Amino acid sequence: MYIYDQYDQKIVDERVEQYRDQTKRYLDGQISDEEFLPLRLQNGLYVQRLAPMLRIAVPYGLMSSRQVRKIAAISRTYDKGYVHFTTRQNIQLNWPVLEEVPDILAELASVEMHAIQTSGNCIRNTTTDQFAGVASDEIEDPRPWCEIIRQWSTLHPEFAFLPRKFKIAVCGSEEDRAAFLLHDIGLQLVKNDRGETGFHVYVGGGLGRTPVIASSIREFLPKEHLLTYLDAILRVYNRYGNRDNKYKARIKILVRAWTPEVFAKRVEAEWEHLKDGPATLNGSEIERVKSFFTAPDYLSVDSAAVDAELQSQAAEHKAFSRWLDRNVRAQKQSGYASITLSLKPAGVAPGDVTDRQLDIIADLADRYSFGEIRTTHNQNIVLADVLKTELFELWQQAKEAGLATPNIGTINDMICCPGGDYCSLANAKSIPVAEAIQRKFDDLDYVYDLGDLELNISGCMNACGHHHIGHIGILGVDKKGEEWYQIQLGGSANKDAALGKVLGRSLSRDAVVDSIEKLLDVYVENRLDQESFLNTYQRIGIEKFKERVYAPAS
Amino acid sequence: MHQHPKQYLKDAAVVDNSWQLVAAESESLPAGDILVPVNYWQANQQQLADHSGNVGVWIDSHEEIEEFAGSIAALPVIAINFPKFVDGRGFSVARLLRERYGYIGEIRAVGQFIRDQLFMMQRCGFNAFQFDSEIDLAAACKSLNDFSDAYQVAVDQPEPLFKRHR
Ligand code: SF4
Repeated sequence: MYIYDQYDQKIVDERVEQYRDQTKRYLDGQISDEEFLPLRLQNGLYVQRLAPMLRIAVPYGLMSSRQVRKIAAISRTYDKGYVHFTTRQNIQLNWPVLEEVPDILAELASVEMHAIQTSGNCIRNTTTDQFAGVASDEIEDPRPWCEIIRQWSTLHPEFAFLPRKFKIAVCGSEEDRAAFLLHDIGLQLVKNDRGETGFHVYVGGGLGRTPVIASSIREFLPKEHLLTYLDAILRVYNRYGNRDNKYKARIKILVRAWTPEVFAKRVEAEWEHLKDGPATLNGSEIERVKSFFTAPDYLSVDSAAVDAELQSQAAEHKAFSRWLDRNVRAQKQSGYASITLSLKPAGVAPGDVTDRQLDIIADLADRYSFGEIRTTHNQNIVLADVLKTELFELWQQAKEAGLATPNIGTINDMICCPGGDYCSLANAKSIPVAEAIQRKFDDLDYVYDLGDLELNISGCMNACGHHHIGHIGILGVDKKGEEWYQIQLGGSANKDAALGKVLGRSLSRDAVVDSIEKLLDVYVENRLDQESFLNTYQRIGIEKFKERVYAPAS
Repeated sequence: MHQHPKQYLKDAAVVDNSWQLVAAESESLPAGDILVPVNYWQANQQQLADHSGNVGVWIDSHEEIEEFAGSIAALPVIAINFPKFVDGRGFSVARLLRERYGYIGEIRAVGQFIRDQLFMMQRCGFNAFQFDSEIDLAAACKSLNDFSDAYQVAVDQPEPLFKRHR
């Protein structure tokens, strides 16, 4: 993974000192609440319903074991001994004290971490595929490009006060695991017919109140022009994005108002001035950054023998076999696999882990995955590059730590925002809904039979729980001061990205779980062969589901 | 906007201010050095040529500088207004003035910006800061040095960090 040089380190250290001084002046009454708000947000600090919340950046979801141990220690010293993994691959502390945040930031800086631009109306953490570098359908490793974007966006002098937050995702594979079409800018790595790398550039995607799938504005941007082109897009947005109404301020609204064609023309016109300028990337910088993402020293293994051994272990241990099915993924290097540690056991808020579990995750990474840890937008943890011969051992240890729930990709692996338990914007709680669903669907055979199913829950229209792109989406709504839930069907985050359709009037919390069960019944009754929930829905439409859920009780 | 504070920051020093800002709705011009709204300047160039003091303009954050940038290039001062400190358009306007239109005079921030924005503003080409509120200018000056280096190309540093150090 990328390692800071003296310049990277200095910038992060100076940011800590700048923020320390800002906090001091705020506490001394020299900075008003209104002025401090964006200053703290640009350093990841929210003031939430119960306490401040600090969001720590995990650039493109990659961490070292040393960093994970530091997070564990911070959560012990400054918080309540647990942290939350977010849908943007970041980490949140739920109970830090405002006065201590500068010290937390200094601790983070000591392991090459920060909270820069994890919130506020600026360029946020760039995200990508959790299987980058090991996916067999990869065109090119997206991580060096994410790092180049990280450096360019860090404290960018022109774009710190945008109309609204700004999110970029990079997709480097055939299958989309980064939901890149749902970002303000989605960059897809592509090759032209001469085999040169470039980017297919999309803009204006996003969830929130007005969910939109991004539009293509340039099919092939040669790689060296990445930063000047991004500068051009951001400058057009910074100047012309709506600043009067925060609900109309995302770039998607501007793209729609102008049409993608006109928007593209404006960007190209701006880019004419910047193209081939000094920010143009050179080969040596691209190679320098790439050199941090080289393959580890893989051993050569006798694949056939390893697979036979795994099969016999699976035959002997049903639970291991389930875990292999759901939590283990092949990778392009034979003899190795990527495993997902589930942060969604029933009874725990999705994405939450304790300090002790973090230490164990760091140990597992040191032992089995070259000391590297990846966070996912589904709020789980991936260890890549695990020798298949060590899977059984790893599984036993993960199980003991409560990290081996074999539910990845199932209904119980839901994405869920913090909701009304923590978030001051919420209309309704989301964590208790997630838990009720996990408790209801605790029969593993049934859950496996349902197969791949994405269920996403957001506590309000801001859609942090990505409800629009769940095969089943649940949205908390406020009805005369009471918490109700709207159900949506048919969303998808993949290349065939689609936004869910509202099923019907909203339901009380008690009715949600029963209704989900009815939806699943309709699916099971109607599916053909191995057809997934999403495919069945796409084939038969929403009516049958609607009828069942809203049928008068008999 | 504060129209005539006694002092402001220029080139990292506290200096006396001789310039009066003329509000958009103002009907008469004061004597001495004045900063007039850019559209007023465009409409009254002849008359302003006879003004007793120096003349500069101020631009609001939403204005399309492409429409008049060429015509104001010789003025000694161009002020850019921040109607709210979170309105970041002025950052782009300043860069365009310096980098695209080659403006070398004083670019002065006026309006609601805050001290903690100074480092980035200077990177975008501002070299003067006229605060609306009464603040300790000498202390604010320190914020110009919040960072000793930066990744990006900007007015103060035309080469990106990767070409200078790597
Ligand atoms: S979706 Fe709404 S309730 Fe949930 S975290 Fe986001 S803002 Fe808060």
